[in-house]
Amino acid sequence: MVKSNATEVSSVQLRQLKPSFSSRFKEFFVRHLQVFFYSLGLLSRTPFSTLMTASALGIALALPTGLYVILDHASQLSGDINSINQISLFMKKGLSEANIQTIKKKLESYPEITQVKHVNRDAALQEFQDNSGFGDALKALKDNPLPDLLIVYPSITHNNPQQINALLGELKKIKQVALVQLDIQWLQRLYAILHIGQRGVLIIGFLLALGVLLIVGNTIRLAIENRRSEIVVMKLIGGTNSFIRRPFLYTGFWYGLLGSFIAILLVNISLIIINDPLAHLSSLYDSNLFSLGLMGVNISATLLLSGCFLGLLGARLAVGKHLKDIEPK
Amino acid sequence: MILFDQVSKRYKGGNEALSQVNFHLHQGEMAFLTGHSGAGKSTLLKLIALIERASTGNVIIGGKNLNKVSRHTLPYLRRNMGIIFQDYQLLYDRTVFDNVALPLIISGFSSREVKKRVHAALDKVGLLRFEKKYPITLSGGEQQRVSIARAVVNKPALLLADEPTGNLDPELSREIMNLFMAFNQVGVTVLIATHDIPLINQLNKRIIQLSHGQLLAEGES
Ligand SMILES: Nc1ncnc2c1ncn2[C@@H]1O[C@H](COP(=O)(O)OP(=O)(O)O)[C@@H](O)[C@H]1O
Ligand SMILES: [Mg+2]
Repeated sequence: MVKSNATEVSSVQLRQLKPSFSSRFKEFFVRHLQVFFYSLGLLSRTPFSTLMTASALGIALALPTGLYVILDHASQLSGDINSINQISLFMKKGLSEANIQTIKKKLESYPEITQVKHVNRDAALQEFQDNSGFGDALKALKDNPLPDLLIVYPSITHNNPQQINALLGELKKIKQVALVQLDIQWLQRLYAILHIGQRGVLIIGFLLALGVLLIVGNTIRLAIENRRSEIVVMKLIGGTNSFIRRPFLYTGFWYGLLGSFIAILLVNISLIIINDPLAHLSSLYDSNLFSLGLMGVNISATLLLSGCFLGLLGARLAVGKHLKDIEPK
Repeated sequence: MILFDQVSKRYKGGNEALSQVNFHLHQGEMAFLTGHSGAGKSTLLKLIALIERASTGNVIIGGKNLNKVSRHTLPYLRRNMGIIFQDYQLLYDRTVFDNVALPLIISGFSSREVKKRVHAALDKVGLLRFEKKYPITLSGGEQQRVSIARAVVNKPALLLADEPTGNLDPELSREIMNLFMAFNQVGVTVLIATHDIPLINQLNKRIIQLSHGQLLAEGES
C-alpha cells in the first residue's frame, strides 16, 4: 500500500532556496578572503600559543636555511680562490727563447687564460742561488738544472674542477711542455667537503621539513579537537567538507608564514653575529672575501614559499585524517 | 515528502531501534512523533537527516531514496531540511546574527542577501533586537528560537525537531509550538518528536506513535 504512493511522492520535489550562480561565484572569493582573515583573527586570540608554535616552526626552518646560506657563501668563496689559481708549465729543455715566446703568445690567446708569465731558467737559477742558501753548491753544477717556467693564470671563475681539468688536459698536449702542475688537491678536497655539506643540508632540510609538517599537523589536530562541536553543527546544517576544511587550511598557511618570518629573523640575527668576527678574520688575510652579509632576496622568498607550502600541506594532512571522524550523532 | 518503506534500524551491538516502520507524511503536513523514552523517535529523525542510515528498507525524502545518497551529496540534501535539537546546537563564540547566517553563508549568499534573510528570520521568531548578543546571554526559550531561526533561514521545505521543548516550561513550550504551526501554515512540512502529550493534544495535529521501535496504528494509544 505504501509502495503505491511512491510515484506520487517522487513527483514532489524539495524546493530549495538557492543563490544564483554568479552570486555564488563572487561570494566564493569574498568568503575565501573572509575566512583567510578570520583564521588569522582566531590565531591572534591566542597570541602566546600561536607564537610558541610559530617559533618552533621558525627554528625548524632556520636551521637548514642558515646552513644553506653559509654553505652557499663557502662555495662562492672557493670560486673566488679558484680564480686566483695558477698553473705551472715546466718546459722541456733546449727550447729557444723565441720558441717559448711563441708558446706564451699562443697561450695568451686562449679565452680561459688571462695572463702568462715567463720565468727564465737563468733568472730562476740566479734567484735560487741568491735566496736559497745553496748558492755555492749550485755554482758547482756545470749545467742549469732548472727548466723554463710558464705561469698560467686561468680566467675560470666558476667553481668547477671539471673546467680546470679540461684546461690542464689542453696544456699537457703541448709537446714542448714537460710537466703541468696545479696543486688542486686541496681544492678537490674542499669541493668534496662542500658536497658533503650540501648533502647534509639536504638531509637536515628534509628531516626538519618533516618536523614542520608534524608540528603543523599536530597543532591543527588540536584546533580541530577544540572546534569539534562547531564542526558537528556545520555538518548538520549542510556544510561541505571543503567549507569546513577551509579555515583550518588557512590556519596552517598562517603558521607557515609566521614560522618563515621568524626563521628569516633568526638567520639574519645569526649572520649579523657571525659577520663581525668574520670581518676581523678577513682583515687578517688582507681581504674582504669572507663576508656573509644578510640573507638574499631569492633565498628569503624561497623560504617564505616553502614555509607557507609546508604549513598548508601539514594542515591538509591533519584535516584529511581527523575531520571525517567528526560526524553528528 | 517523507516516506518510510519497511524501515528497520539496528545499531551496532544493540537491539533493533526501529522495526519495519511504514509511514507517509505528505508535503505541507505537520505531525508529532511520540512514544516512551527509547521508543526510537530520535532514531527515526536521524534517518531522515542522514545522521544514521537504515539497516533495511527505504527512506525516501522529496522523491530521493536516501540509500542512494553519497557522502559527497549529503551536505546538499541537508540544506533542504531545517533541523532543531533539544540542546539548540548553537555556536557560543558567535553572535545571534552569525549563528543564524551560517546556513546562508554555507550556500554562498551575498552579504546583502544574508543580512536581509537573517533579519527576516529573526523577526519571525521575535528576536531581532538580540542579533548582536551572544547566545549564552539568552534564556533557554530564546536560544531555542535562535536555533529555529537558523533552521528556517534558507526556507527549507522540511522542518525536523527533536524534543524542541524538552528544556522549556509549559508556557515557552506553547510559544515554540505556535512558531512551528505558523511555519506549517505557509506550507512547510513539519515533523516534531516530543513526549509532551498534554501540549500536543491541544494542537489537533496528526500524531505518529512509536513503541519499542514499532509504529502503533494511528489513533491508538
Ligand atoms: N548510537 C546508538 N548506539 C546504540 N544504540 C542506540 C544508539 N542510539 C540509540 N540507541 C538505542 O536505540 C533505541 C532508540 O533510541 P532513541 O531513538 O534515542 O529513542 P527516543 O528518542 O525515542 O528516546 C534505544 O534503545 C537506544 O538505547
Ligand atoms: Mg530522543
